[in-house]
Amino acid sequence: MTLNRRSFIGASVAAAAALSAPMVKAMGKPRVVVVGGGAGGATAARYIAKDSKGAVDVTLIEPTRKYYTCFFSNLYLGGFKDIEDIGHTYGALAAGGVNVVHDWAVGVDRNAKTVSLAGGAVLPYDNLILSPGIDFVEGAVEGWDVSAQNAMPHAYKAGSQSELLKAQLMAMPEGGVFAMVAPPNPFRCPPGPYERVSMVAHFLKENNPTAKIIVADPKSKFSKMGLFQEGWANHYEGMVDWIGEDFGGGNVSVDPSAMTVTIDGEVTKVDVCNVIPAMKAGRIAELAGVTDGNWAPVNAADMSTKADADIYVLGDASQQGDMPKSGFSANSQAKVCANAVRGALTGSKVFPAKFANTCWSLIAPNDGVKVGATYEATAEKIAKVDGFISQTGETSDVRKATYMESEGWYSGITNDMMG
Amino acid sequence: MWRGLFPLTLLFGLILSLSSVVWAQGGDLDAGKKVFKKCQGCHQLGEGAEHRIGPHLNALFGRKAAGAAEFKYSKSFKRAGAGGLVWHADTLDTFLENPRAMTSGTRMSFAGIKKAEDRANLIAYLREFSDNPADIPEADPTARGTDHDLDPAILALQGDPEYGAYLSGECTTCHQAAGGDAGIPSIVLWPEDDFVVAMHAYKNQKRIHPVMQMIAGRLGDEEIAALAAYFAVLEE
Repeated sequence: MTLNRRSFIGASVAAAAALSAPMVKAMGKPRVVVVGGGAGGATAARYIAKDSKGAVDVTLIEPTRKYYTCFFSNLYLGGFKDIEDIGHTYGALAAGGVNVVHDWAVGVDRNAKTVSLAGGAVLPYDNLILSPGIDFVEGAVEGWDVSAQNAMPHAYKAGSQSELLKAQLMAMPEGGVFAMVAPPNPFRCPPGPYERVSMVAHFLKENNPTAKIIVADPKSKFSKMGLFQEGWANHYEGMVDWIGEDFGGGNVSVDPSAMTVTIDGEVTKVDVCNVIPAMKAGRIAELAGVTDGNWAPVNAADMSTKADADIYVLGDASQQGDMPKSGFSANSQAKVCANAVRGALTGSKVFPAKFANTCWSLIAPNDGVKVGATYEATAEKIAKVDGFISQTGETSDVRKATYMESEGWYSGITNDMMG
Repeated sequence: MWRGLFPLTLLFGLILSLSSVVWAQGGDLDAGKKVFKKCQGCHQLGEGAEHRIGPHLNALFGRKAAGAAEFKYSKSFKRAGAGGLVWHADTLDTFLENPRAMTSGTRMSFAGIKKAEDRANLIAYLREFSDNPADIPEADPTARGTDHDLDPAILALQGDPEYGAYLSGECTTCHQAAGGDAGIPSIVLWPEDDFVVAMHAYKNQKRIHPVMQMIAGRLGDEEIAALAAYFAVLEE
């Protein structure tokens, strides 16, 4: 092999860059780029900036200027919240030292260690944290794609989709039919579709009591199933028709122009159709090349990816083991990750990973239930340690206290994320 | 008129502070269960308790007077609730001594419990059936006060605030670092001993909140001490 001029220059530049890289790191601030400003990304950005007291340069890439939480968006559908109650801006994060950039991350160059943005900027990083949430698997529900999401909203990324579904719910004719196509495992917020059924039923009971709800579900059981079914029988008797896997709930197609849903060969004309397709990691994880199948496998100790030790994936997009895909989980994982990243970049003490999750769901006014667990890092995965779940037949006082607690948690976690 | 009022308020204050001393020391649960026999003709308590002649008494602490759902209260009780009467150890103590002195028109046909010790025991027993989040802090007297059988060596541990800062991430998903307490209580600026006692009470399943039992259950003595040290001085 002979060296021509071009390759020689390229090689020497690369060598110089490699030599100077530790110098740059030592002299300048280490750089962390976080992609996605939800429960995982916002928390990680805030904790690294806060705890490193300016020693780490933290940039958060988030396309939306206002973040609407998916958690509690069902309560908006039920009429318990206004849309603005679940919207949060990034001003406090910026004031707390996070460089907030409203743009889309569209590419990751793992060799150059840079993230490119739709607006044209290229940001270098020492550590990259991806917390992009979910995208939908193409072709998961026959007849549905993103171009049909106005006729048949998913409302599984909160904001305009939530408002659209609420508007359609309010416009339902008397005695109309609300259909939901529920997703297969694993998916964001396991009790979410069923809390949504409860909140839609509550709204209809108040405003359109002869309306019906059909749920086509590819699963034979779901999170808090006993609690939800007890609640539906108590509060919404005869209103909810849940069609599980055993009755053909997984054999579904939709026709957005005719507004029909076909379940196991039976065609039903519906007034609203909430299609929640199968999910996968948000696209940037795939573009970064850290996914395997639909999700990004990570190491339990610090949420670093199996594919690249300098890239971390948090929350819904990660494949970590036993934790459910929830905002609480993402927030918990973010704090473990922030501690590890700060330790790697500044030499601060790294403590052992501890994870927890609790999911509250509202079934009817003052009828709240919850499920939760603690987790630890093992060599293979994040493994469940201990857990609990609300019981059927609890007193109304207990259920009310659980609901009040969920309100407290909402204030707690949104402050913990956004500052 | 002032002359007439003054000794009365003074006397009332004295009664309150005297009774405070009794319940702050913590009642005897077994003795309290016996005292409750006087109540159980009308009131149910515990799993499956329902309203009978009187309202059930689960989750009583932190409940507004006339605050149990679906029970028909006397006007007098409703007025007391609207006026801000909330059930805690101190208000229950005053009420139980002479119910009609506090709510003249109550439908509760009960003369009251004259012995302060009996009342303290009963209040401690009733407290076992309340896990209202609003009164988790020991600072809002729980009738168990700081009564505990914790090894003094555990209380003497000096926590590492830096470790506490890391562990606190698990708390601040729900409890606000800035100290807000709607729905979920504030845990900042507690005396360290109270914090340690409360966390061990969850760990040992003596306090009954399932989330807290789960979280505290896997914290070691050093970790609880670290959290106590961190939150004791946290000001954001």
